Amino acid sequence: MSSMPFYVSPEQLMKDRADYARKGIARGRSVVVLGYDKGIAFVAENPSRALHKVSEIYDRIAFAAVGKYNEFENLRVAGVRYADLRGYSYDRTDVTARGLANAYAQTLGTVFTQESKPYEVEIVVAEVGSTADEDQIYRLTYDGSVADERGFVAMGGAAEPIETGLKERWEPGLSLADALRLAVELLAKDPAKDAGKEGGAPTRTLGAGQLEVAVLDRERPRRTFRRIGGGLLDALLSTEDPTHDAPAEDDRTPGRHDTLTGESPRDESTNPQTQRPTE
Amino acid sequence: MTTGADAGRLPAAYLSTGSSSFTDFVGAHSPHLLPSRRALPVGSTMEAPHGTTIVTVTYDGGVVMAGDRRATMGNLIANRDMEKVFAGDEYSAVGIAGTAGIAIELVKLFQVELEHYEKIEGTLLSLEGKANRLASMIRANLGMAMQGLAVVPLFAGYDLDKRTGRIFSYDVTGGCYEEHDHHSVGSGSLFARGAMKKLWRPGLSADGAVSVAVEALYDAADDDSATGGPDVGRRIWPTVAVVGDQGVVFRSDDELRTTVEAVIAARQGNPGGAR
Repeated sequence: MSSMPFYVSPEQLMKDRADYARKGIARGRSVVVLGYDKGIAFVAENPSRALHKVSEIYDRIAFAAVGKYNEFENLRVAGVRYADLRGYSYDRTDVTARGLANAYAQTLGTVFTQESKPYEVEIVVAEVGSTADEDQIYRLTYDGSVADERGFVAMGGAAEPIETGLKERWEPGLSLADALRLAVELLAKDPAKDAGKEGGAPTRTLGAGQLEVAVLDRERPRRTFRRIGGGLLDALLSTEDPTHDAPAEDDRTPGRHDTLTGESPRDESTNPQTQRPTE
Repeated sequence: MTTGADAGRLPAAYLSTGSSSFTDFVGAHSPHLLPSRRALPVGSTMEAPHGTTIVTVTYDGGVVMAGDRRATMGNLIANRDMEKVFAGDEYSAVGIAGTAGIAIELVKLFQVELEHYEKIEGTLLSLEGKANRLASMIRANLGMAMQGLAVVPLFAGYDLDKRTGRIFSYDVTGGCYEEHDHHSVGSGSLFARGAMKKLWRPGLSADGAVSVAVEALYDAADDDSATGGPDVGRRIWPTVAVVGDQGVVFRSDDELRTTVEAVIAARQGNPGGAR
């Protein structure tokens, strides 16, 4: 094989690639990223407990993705390597979502134009700040475009109606419970059945078992990413339960503390970097 | 630096699949950042600050690790309030004796290694897995050790499967040995070991183990010039980490002051201390 047998205009080539990537992304279930009073929440429709769409990158940075699992998993690992290497060679505070978003944008852009197949992914890189104004949410698409979003993002097959819903109903300072309920309600609207109708009732009920929920909690020391599961998620999603926020302490059960279930919180948490119990 | 259209793109090493080890990734991508990959002039030795005594004592439900605060360079005290006991991750502590600069860099790498594995694999390494990762880092440092820049850590952690505290010691070649009950490394370790042998008994509480560790460090400082004793005037106390099912908890200065003052008071007119 020496060269292409036919002439294809660059415009046509890019359009074909974009269509291809968009089709792949539209097949997947959606992910919503939205700010709440104490941080940034991630809600994905994902029945799997092991294949995550939302993950921790660094102390204050998280990653959410839709599209082809193997491709975004590859990007996630690259992001963890990027962040850990940067934090190791400079300082933990020098790892920023902006730097990572730029690296991802360059990578996605190069793959889109130079490789035979673009990545069929859309990702969000979010960093929680010390106040809601300092939160950063970057949305990256398959061709390497970056958008700096304020407050919320929806990605995936049903992104457009969800985004419209968020535009109408999201406001700064929502409690975690309100933010999660809003996201779940919008995710539950089936775009196919809902097309044309305005404000139609949810056509499905999404239970805790079909959801992957995580937060970047600005009030935690050091690693701020926590998944939310078990009884805590049920309580937050229920309109009757008064729980409206994630507990400040991790679970007491010995083991990995990446998930908050709201069962028996511990009294103390430690911080390997500052070497002292948090006061 | 590469130039061209894809200059800002993440290099291939970032996107390659396989290893969940941060050290392996750094070794492949930017080896100059690894503490053990520095080329030293052949046949020369140099003097650099040395950290000294670390002790570990198991108790019922965990393990205590404590270290003095002194770093020495030849006959000088290089630093009197250095920390030599670190949390490796939530359930393990690592204490260092030997060339301080390299040891601290090694601990930093080890901490990132454990967190990196946790993030990529979504699970914690087993305690033995952590001990073995540390062993491979020490092994990589052998060339430097032969030129006088040796690092000898002591590793202790809470085993989430066996629900007990465990201790691992190392030699300069990277050999990793599990120790039982208590152990010590560094220049004052001979004296500390003697003290612990007499004071340790099965079924100690966490507070009891902290007292044993502080007594042992006191004895080490008593007879080894490179080990620093508690400095009451400057309020410098040993670093003490308690590792149990609640994770690594460092004792606060106030708690340590009480323990240390009790040890000092008990030794007035009784320099041999508790027995």
